[in-house]
Amino acid sequence: MADSADQSGHPPSPSGSVDRREFLNDILGVCCAGAPLLLGIVRLPAQGTSRAYDPSEHLYGMGLDPQKCIGCARCVVACKAENDVPQEPHYFNTWIERYIIREDGEVEVDSPNGGIDGFGRIENPAQVRRTFFVPKLCNHCDSPPCVQVCPVGATFITEDGVILVDEEYCIGCRYCIQACPYGARYMHPERHVAGKCTFCYHRVVKGKVPACVEVCPTGARIFGELTNRATPLARFRRFNDLQVLKPHLNTRPKMYYANLDAEVS
Amino acid sequence: MPHQVPRLLAVFAVAVIGLVVARGLLVPETFGDRGHYRAAAVDSISAREQRYAGHHECALCHSDVAETRLDGNHRNVSCEVCHEPAARHVAAPMDVKPVVAQNRGLCVLCHAYNPSRPTGFPQIDSVMHNPRVPCMRCHQPHAPETPVPPTSCSACHGQIASQLTVSHHAALPCSTCHEAPDEHRMNPRAVRPTKPTARAFCGTCHAGGLAGIPQIDLRNHGEPYVCWQCHYPHYPEAR
Repeated sequence: MADSADQSGHPPSPSGSVDRREFLNDILGVCCAGAPLLLGIVRLPAQGTSRAYDPSEHLYGMGLDPQKCIGCARCVVACKAENDVPQEPHYFNTWIERYIIREDGEVEVDSPNGGIDGFGRIENPAQVRRTFFVPKLCNHCDSPPCVQVCPVGATFITEDGVILVDEEYCIGCRYCIQACPYGARYMHPERHVAGKCTFCYHRVVKGKVPACVEVCPTGARIFGELTNRATPLARFRRFNDLQVLKPHLNTRPKMYYANLDAEVS
Repeated sequence: MPHQVPRLLAVFAVAVIGLVVARGLLVPETFGDRGHYRAAAVDSISAREQRYAGHHECALCHSDVAETRLDGNHRNVSCEVCHEPAARHVAAPMDVKPVVAQNRGLCVLCHAYNPSRPTGFPQIDSVMHNPRVPCMRCHQPHAPETPVPPTSCSACHGQIASQLTVSHHAALPCSTCHEAPDEHRMNPRAVRPTKPTARAFCGTCHAGGLAGIPQIDLRNHGEPYVCWQCHYPHYPEAR
């Protein structure tokens, strides 16, 4: 009706319940609103997926205290058991490094089998100035280089700040392994996808701590929320001098090391 | 309307439709729901199987052991460190039994001497320390006794003690200059002994006119410093 009135040049019928201008405006509005939806740019939230765990309410981090680490590598063993990490050396979500700083300033770092089989004798012990263990794992950076380089969006940062790998979507290109400045990723020998620490996401969403934190006998690892003040991690962050690894890279790690030696990187 | 325009519009329409169809085929379901990733991946990762139940689960049934553990030095050692992952045991307590660790090899994972371990952590030489005797014969693993705290300063500060014996300060007990709280023996790094902070403290002997002791005039000797900042009191250089 409106169309024919437009083409013939006649004025709109005053008896019509819908004004032509109003009708065209409505059509335009519907088109504008519907176009992004049709193009798949905007999606409506999926129905019926209300979950008890809301990731937007959380932000996870970890505190590590090398002065408490005894190098027993129970964390490495627990991590491998919990996350099906291949047992062979060189595949680690977390591992223990031994630092030996010599009298002449020379720094030696080793991690034989991640520390699982123990650490060998220190050669020439009289020349050791200081020596200690440092637990290492994915730093779950706030500005993660691995996520930036992933060409398909298979590695990502969740709303609660955990870096995960979508194993069904990963194409195994190894870009992320190259990009990680902390050496925290590896190519899974059977699944042929990038493997890494998940912060035991399957435990965390159920309110449990990661396996490495659960088994650490000396409390050298403290897991918790970074936003909520009343947690052991908040206490740890208040009472210790903290450092992150390779701060100059601006990756903004969420692993906070207490009283870290300057030689550790 | 020029006849090129409908053709161009047709070409654009084909391109747009092709883009929408290709996107629908190539972009996986749930991609972009919560960010630049497949939201379903988070759900599948969240659904992975747990192996470690956590010590809270253990305490629900084994409350007696849990209470014993809370009193001892192993209060922070989770059950599954020694008894292996127990999520399956929690799910089927009668069918799956966790290992009860008995051998010497397990304890030395933490307690064998290693110079890289923090000072004060109880360590033994597993070759010399009661060879072949299971640790549990003497030590109760759920609440190991407090290791006997060192009674003399030289137990830990051996180097200082040996220097002191050949120095002019050999006759002075450590307590002359240091006040060591009892807690220092248990927690050597957190609670530290005191050191003299005033020049007058050394001056009681070295500026008091005592015969046979090197004397200085506190008013014109090394004014801004406390004495031990220049002189090493455990082995003073003046003879």
